[in-house]
Amino acid sequence: MWEQVKARKSLRQRSINDKIMVALITLSTILVLTPLVIIIGYVVVNGIGALNYDFFTEELGSPTRAMRGQPTGLVHTILGTAVVDLLSLIIAAPIGIGAGIMLSEYPEHKLNPLLRVMNDTLNGMPAILKGLLAFTLIVRPMGTFSGLAGGVALAIVMIPIIARSTESALSNIPWSIREAGLAIGLPRWRVILSTVVPAAKSGMVTGFLIAFARAVGEAAPLLFTSFGNNYLPNHWTGFIFGPVDTLPQRLYSLAISPYKEWHSMGWGAGIVLLGFVIVLFSASRFLYRKRK
Amino acid sequence: MDIKHIPKKPLPAIYSWLGDRIFLTVIIVLGLSIILMTAGLALVTIVDGWEAIKEFGFIGFITGKVWDPGVNRTFGALPFLFGTAVTSVGSLALAFLPAVAIAVFISEYAAPWLGKMIDNMVNLIAAVPSVVIGIWGIFVFAPWMRETVYLPIYNWAIENNPSLLPILGNPIGYGMVSATIILALMIIPFITALTKDAIDQVPVEQREAAYALGATHWEVIRMAVIPYARGGILAGSILAFGRAIGETMAVAMLIGNKNTLPFSIFGPAATMPSVIINEFREAVNSLHLSSLMAIGLVLFIISLLVNLLAAYITKKLAIGGGKTA
Repeated sequence: MWEQVKARKSLRQRSINDKIMVALITLSTILVLTPLVIIIGYVVVNGIGALNYDFFTEELGSPTRAMRGQPTGLVHTILGTAVVDLLSLIIAAPIGIGAGIMLSEYPEHKLNPLLRVMNDTLNGMPAILKGLLAFTLIVRPMGTFSGLAGGVALAIVMIPIIARSTESALSNIPWSIREAGLAIGLPRWRVILSTVVPAAKSGMVTGFLIAFARAVGEAAPLLFTSFGNNYLPNHWTGFIFGPVDTLPQRLYSLAISPYKEWHSMGWGAGIVLLGFVIVLFSASRFLYRKRK
Repeated sequence: MDIKHIPKKPLPAIYSWLGDRIFLTVIIVLGLSIILMTAGLALVTIVDGWEAIKEFGFIGFITGKVWDPGVNRTFGALPFLFGTAVTSVGSLALAFLPAVAIAVFISEYAAPWLGKMIDNMVNLIAAVPSVVIGIWGIFVFAPWMRETVYLPIYNWAIENNPSLLPILGNPIGYGMVSATIILALMIIPFITALTKDAIDQVPVEQREAAYALGATHWEVIRMAVIPYARGGILAGSILAFGRAIGETMAVAMLIGNKNTLPFSIFGPAATMPSVIINEFREAVNSLHLSSLMAIGLVLFIISLLVNLLAAYITKKLAIGGGKTA
């Protein structure tokens, strides 16, 4: 290959080609990054314009409320998002960590290869299918859309990511640490819980944040699990056992609605959601760098 | 480790024996639950989609051209398979070269601070929720495309080549092209990140050898870096393709949602995830629900195949042909 190139092209031609490629690559980088930055810019500008005191303190209500200029907001959406996301974290954390420990600490176990394949498969599935699963498992038997079903759906999104990141955090800890623990007579489970997991803690948390940031923005599995709600529930249990509003799903409903006032609230929901994701993202980056 | 943790006496056998048993049991149960979830995903779509598959036959279902939940209750998935195929292949074709170019720029050309900045930016953009991209698409991108691209081409076609009109379709702004471009923007960060990972793994010696032969910087990239990283780049693109197939919200917001063939270039269309999102909440008829689940099954099978292909390529195309791994 190399001789062909040398024979075909003069040195001058090659250095011109080199310059052309630098220009092309730089140009396409700029060309692609520009719209991506523009998207964020639009969301920030329009979103901040839509935020006000009412946005964080009032419920949405019917469309006429917004058209008559009465105060409306998304307080029920923000609270609902907090509940559903917290539920999903509570469900996903033990399963993801457990599977991560299985993948990294028991490489000789018969379940290990099957779990790896199944976990990767689950990770590669579109989030909407995980919503269908939660719908069949939770919504149908309960007979109603619920925050719990939304939490389960988001948990299924998070679990494979947490399992994979926990595995990689744990397997970064050298085997000699485990051997040291075993050598002084600690049983295997104590070695894992008292030496390996604490040493891998920051890596595990980083993975958590990444998985969480991913789940927080998912709307598809929530549309037919937590469904959405224009009002605050009458009682706090309604957040768990009744239909609940969440930011990504509400953003979608607002954006496709025919009301101009709701469109601007949609941008508001967008900036709150984006802000939350950026906080999670920066925290994970910060932790990652500290670990290095 | 804290020195206090070192036991003074040998631990009682029950402590380590029973402890290990209990711990391993808990871990196995947690791991099994993931396996059950994955199996459940397949099972649920098969069981709930069975009514539709029995009614139309699996082949009949995926080749059926008519999706009519209203009067005739005939359900065929072909329009959505077609929509998904066009948008995902189109977006990958649009995204591939620019995404690789950004990765090359970050790791080969940019100054370290600039490379790090762009890298962070790309990763951040990958984390932006798809509904947020969708709202920008609905209110900014689609109207802009209609005014500056679709309408001029459409008007030109009216005057010069009216036979093109049915192919071009109604230029309302929400349609196949808009959805494809947005999808491409969404998968670019994904391909870039995976390509950059692959490029960063190219050994320094590989470049130095090429430089030592007198290669220019571009020749080093083309002959020493890219071939070495090709497995990672290809696998990353296929994973991104899988993303594009399953991407739901931004597509549902932009594609215009038309369930009947034929689709046109600018006109509205639908994909498998978009029809599930649009109709699942409102479906009351059991055959309709079952057909939507059957589309979920098709989506499951396609995603599975794409992921297996990516895993296979990662293994096969790695330097050493997977022999060392």
